[in-house]
Amino acid sequence: MTSLPLKSSYKKPHKAGIGRFFVLAALLIVLLVVLLPFAIVIINAFKTPEDYATYGPLSWPTEWSIAGIVEFWQRVDYSQKLLNSLLISASVAVIGVLLSLLNAFALGIGRIKGRIWLLILFMVANTLPQESLVYPLYYLSKEFDLYNTRFVVILIFSVIQSAFGTYLLSSVFSTFPKEMLEAAMLDGCNKLQLLFKIIVPVSRPTLAVLFTFFFIWTWNEFFLPLILLISNDRQTVPIAVGVLQGQRNMEATLSSASALLGILPCFIFFLIFQRTLTKGIAAGSVK
Amino acid sequence: MLLKRSTNRGYWWFLLPGLILFVLVIAIPFLMNIGTSFTHWQGVGTPKWAGLDNYARLFRDSTFWASFRNNLAMLVAMTIVPTLLGLLLAAVLYDYIGNKFGSGTASFFRAAFYLPQILPVAIAGVVWAWILHPNYGALNGFLEALGLDNLTRNWLGNRQTALPSVMVIMVWFQLGYPLVIFMAGLQRIDPEIYEAAVLDGADWFDRFRYITVHLIRPEIFVVLLTTTIASLKVFGQIYVLTRGGPGSSTLVPSYFAYQNFFEKANIGYGSAISTVMTMIIIGLTIFFIRRQSAEEL
Repeated sequence: MTSLPLKSSYKKPHKAGIGRFFVLAALLIVLLVVLLPFAIVIINAFKTPEDYATYGPLSWPTEWSIAGIVEFWQRVDYSQKLLNSLLISASVAVIGVLLSLLNAFALGIGRIKGRIWLLILFMVANTLPQESLVYPLYYLSKEFDLYNTRFVVILIFSVIQSAFGTYLLSSVFSTFPKEMLEAAMLDGCNKLQLLFKIIVPVSRPTLAVLFTFFFIWTWNEFFLPLILLISNDRQTVPIAVGVLQGQRNMEATLSSASALLGILPCFIFFLIFQRTLTKGIAAGSVK
Repeated sequence: MLLKRSTNRGYWWFLLPGLILFVLVIAIPFLMNIGTSFTHWQGVGTPKWAGLDNYARLFRDSTFWASFRNNLAMLVAMTIVPTLLGLLLAAVLYDYIGNKFGSGTASFFRAAFYLPQILPVAIAGVVWAWILHPNYGALNGFLEALGLDNLTRNWLGNRQTALPSVMVIMVWFQLGYPLVIFMAGLQRIDPEIYEAAVLDGADWFDRFRYITVHLIRPEIFVVLLTTTIASLKVFGQIYVLTRGGPGSSTLVPSYFAYQNFFEKANIGYGSAISTVMTMIIIGLTIFFIRRQSAEEL
């Protein structure tokens, strides 16, 4: 052993061979199939309807036109949809993380009585199908005059997401070093200070992952927002795009433009959050 | 010791907001839904007690059973196929591409395969509904360009092709999820195990069977559990792609419940469907978790 091998990627003696390029080529073909729908959406979103009618869906645009995108944007008032989605997702992420934090503080650090049962409760809630809650939520929100408000959607998703967050954070907190907690208590910290001065700063990476998850999950939600938000000016991006799909008088290029506008924000989030996300998926997979 | 006795009490207060909201938003609606499943109710007026009528009807309803069978097809398309393909791809990327072309190439493939996962399910549905559209869709256009006109069809509007089409879309959508989790799992395996296996003369497939699959069992468990549950809940794609049709050829229980709630105003029956699905999901969760803790012991 003259030099230490890299721990992350194991190496074995290279056999000079052409075979590896066949494997690579096969993978590239699979990749092409996976990415093809994205490519088709992009090229057709920038075509004019005439161009599409003449050359079909697979040709390169004869000229890049944003007419379809502009038309879809105006038809559904896309700026408003983006704003609604942003407002709802960001609020849910903040409130959901806060609720998870408070719950997990009591369960993971405080180790209150009955915490096992409470954890099971949160876990079961996390697996409930939304159709088992949808009608009562619809009915109750009407009774309380909250139907068709962004507020009720924020409230509901904050609680639903925090069920997962509580579960995850509690198990993270239960491994929190005891010495640190005791030292803080001996220094005269009260519980609020303990939570916000000691625990929050230390577990910031986990909180960031939770925030990212909650934001993206809420952004992607379809079922409950579809039921609870009926007026156009309160709907979210997936609802606007998904519902318009049902209308039969859509032009192909317009349909493609709507798909592109639906994809674009997610792609931007993906680029922004990629680091936290990959870390988070890895963290969530083992326990 | 000190901490335990003197300060453990005040923690309940921190649980209060979360617990109150949990009761309001999840517990009460959940119990209400079970309650209405024992009634006949149009959504207005007072629900009429019906005992087990809705459940008896459910048991005899061929539409429900059709939706349930389609759910099994979703299980194949969202759990079984992506898990198997994901395992194979993860192993190829880690134990082959990673070696021969560097880990950068492997990461690139991982990110690209993950891309469909970032889409909201409804948007993914819109992308495919458009590609498969009978008149102006890209797939039929592609087949015509190749001169294969007789292969073109109304993919989502045809009883024979609707379900398989939806299944292919689901595989496309799901594949990145197991792949990313499995590759993360492979990171924690000591590379020396592979090196030792190579020295012992193990070929790629031996290493795949005896090392890769064996050592990332916890990840496989997580993927099986989460995707099985997801497949039982699938709604958005069906809503956007086919609305359960044609006939009931792509109907799934969540969409069937939705129809009963909001199109047919059969609240009692809709509640019964969703209660049955909930019980199945909770049962599966318990089963998986028991198996997992049994394996860890």
